[in-house]
Amino acid sequence: MTNIPIDRLNLPVEEPQHEFPGGWKRYFSFSTDHKVIGIQYLVTAFIFFLVGGIFAMVLRGELITPEADLIDRTVYNGMFTMHGTVMLFLWTFPSLVGLANYLVPLMIGARDMAFPRLNAVAFWMVPVVGILLMSSFFVPGGPAQAGWWAYPPVSLQNPTGNLINGQVIWLLAVAISGVSSIMGAVNFVTTIVKMRAPGMGFFRMPLFVWAVFSAQIIQLFGLPALTAGAVMLLFDITVGTSFFDPSKGGNPVMFQHYFWFYSHPAVYVIILPIFGVFSEIFPVYSRKPLFGYKVVAISSLLIAVVSAIVWVHHLYVSGTPAWMRMFFMLTTMLVSVPTGIKVFAWVATIWGGKVRLNTPMLFALGGLILFVFAGIVGIMLSSVPVDVHVNNTYFVVGHFHYVLFGTVTMGVYAAIYHWFPKMTGRMYHEGWGKLHFWLTFIGTNLNFLPMHPLGLQGMLRRVSSYAPEYEGWNIVASLGAFLLGMSTLPFIFNMVVSWMQGEKAPDNPWRAIGLEWLVASPPPVENFEEIPVVISEPYGYGKSEPLIAEANTHH
Amino acid sequence: MDSYIVSDDLQQPQHHASGEHGHDEEGNKMFGFIVFLLSESVIFLSFFAGYIVYKTTTPNWLPVGIEGLEIKDPAINTVVLVASSFVIYFAELALKRQNIKLFRLFLLATMAMGSYFLLGQAIEWSHLEFGFTSGVFGGMFYLLTGFHGLHVFTGILLQLIIFGRSFLPGNYDTGHFGVNATSLFWHFVDVIWIVLFILIYIWQ
Repeated sequence: MTNIPIDRLNLPVEEPQHEFPGGWKRYFSFSTDHKVIGIQYLVTAFIFFLVGGIFAMVLRGELITPEADLIDRTVYNGMFTMHGTVMLFLWTFPSLVGLANYLVPLMIGARDMAFPRLNAVAFWMVPVVGILLMSSFFVPGGPAQAGWWAYPPVSLQNPTGNLINGQVIWLLAVAISGVSSIMGAVNFVTTIVKMRAPGMGFFRMPLFVWAVFSAQIIQLFGLPALTAGAVMLLFDITVGTSFFDPSKGGNPVMFQHYFWFYSHPAVYVIILPIFGVFSEIFPVYSRKPLFGYKVVAISSLLIAVVSAIVWVHHLYVSGTPAWMRMFFMLTTMLVSVPTGIKVFAWVATIWGGKVRLNTPMLFALGGLILFVFAGIVGIMLSSVPVDVHVNNTYFVVGHFHYVLFGTVTMGVYAAIYHWFPKMTGRMYHEGWGKLHFWLTFIGTNLNFLPMHPLGLQGMLRRVSSYAPEYEGWNIVASLGAFLLGMSTLPFIFNMVVSWMQGEKAPDNPWRAIGLEWLVASPPPVENFEEIPVVISEPYGYGKSEPLIAEANTHH
Repeated sequence: MDSYIVSDDLQQPQHHASGEHGHDEEGNKMFGFIVFLLSESVIFLSFFAGYIVYKTTTPNWLPVGIEGLEIKDPAINTVVLVASSFVIYFAELALKRQNIKLFRLFLLATMAMGSYFLLGQAIEWSHLEFGFTSGVFGGMFYLLTGFHGLHVFTGILLQLIIFGRSFLPGNYDTGHFGVNATSLFWHFVDVIWIVLFILIYIWQ
């Protein structure tokens, strides 16, 4: 076994020799190939992202004027409930699971996930959830109206008296989505623990894999709590138990505990993979090794652990005793330590590097900037006095949209552009990509920054009409929302046209280090002809060490 | 610096150059199943936590006219269920020693004991004077025992499947994942019941 210089890993561009059974049709069939499933997840999620985005634009259309004049209030309630639900359960989760599905086996040198059939079944539940949720628009009374958090006693109301109502469908959809996520989590954890290539110890895993690993552990231990709460709520609505019904002696705050015990950590399920994406992208486009690899890896696990003891910060105003609020304020603030470590590591990675501002790097940098802003606001919100003041206002809405749109969605875009050549064997168009970035970045700030002053001034969330003095900022926010809607057009155009007739991509267009760049673009069905032997840590940019033993670099 | 250079702690290339890299599928399945059970136990933990909070904070915890739960029959049920955990372990041992007849016998005994437990619970339910909708207590009682009963039922189904498969030729010649998983699941259901029994019946 001899060492070879890194440049020799850039093999000449070849025409893809790999015959894919089924061609493009395989993306519409029940496939057990993790790469097909990954793209199925991504495309399905993106379609629902558009659906959720249309809901958002209807909402912002309503909010341009202070009066509730565009849509009926019950329709408005259904719209914001579905907007939140679709964006979380059908866009962020599935898109990240899609990325992880595509990348994790390639990154750890495995031929597939540990349980390929389970993987496929988990994916096909996602469209089922989507169709179920959309069908609720057509039942009497329309879709669920209690917001994505479904707090009782609001969610217990059933004015139509029908057993099949929007809220019940909502709960079933969330339950199916939970089952799908648990299947995925079991699969990812098993794959990462048991299927790594020889030589790839835990501290040679790419940080994206670390991030997915940590996120899926949260899924495993958080989701069951939500499931428990959802089952109890379902019984309350359908058979008349009284777990959360205060009129029958139940305790509605208990539902908030069940809900947030999962749904706060769920934020990290979403954001950790994005941290992983950042950790993959910054070194490549700065041509520098990632600063503090081990600490960044461990910080992901730390976030997963600490996230389990912060949920009560959502219940500061739910009658939570002062001592308890103090405890959860401190633990919430504690999350900023491992997160801060990551941010400093990324900045130190970019610092003094040969930065290339390609579209993936632009999106990652933009996402990082917006995340830092969101993080600072998050620390403000974690402190009890501030939270009590702005609770249930647009300040909170602005904050979590900076996280969920500014960071997560921009991060997903960064990842899609970065791995597009690998996934499709084609290059995307850089000009359209940059246009997409600037529209998105400007739109995000126009849309969500005004929500902070609005919230500080006291504008409540989930209202379709408001006092006239809030009108100015609301107009700005709505224009931002429409700009964001438009920003998806160059993206769709770029993806479709580039996939069909883009320039042929080399195996490793970014000269990146990582097992996924050593295989052909797109990768052959079983990924590796021969399973590689990993002999160095990841992110060795600027050094001349090989990643894998030479005997295994044959294509 | 040196850590980037090929080190001796790596597996030798010839070790896996011979085709597949020895990821054993049975091992993966068992690992995945344990991970799944860990996750499943959190659902029960969530219900238990809810039970404790409700019991300690709800005024008028028991429905009007209810003194408490009869403990004798559930205690016998508990003994039977816990004993069946040992029986299925013997079944596993018998299979390991290739004694398929003994394996089936012990498995039948486990299924009988599990069914006895379920039947006992059904009889208990039919005598109770409160229902699922009788306040939070009634809800929690039926939710916990019902959800656990569902697991017992699933366990018996799994046992039925591995029992049936033992008649197919060659099924248990190589790996015993199905048997090991079923057995593990049964132990899991058992442990959950012990906690449940303490919470609901002993801590009244």
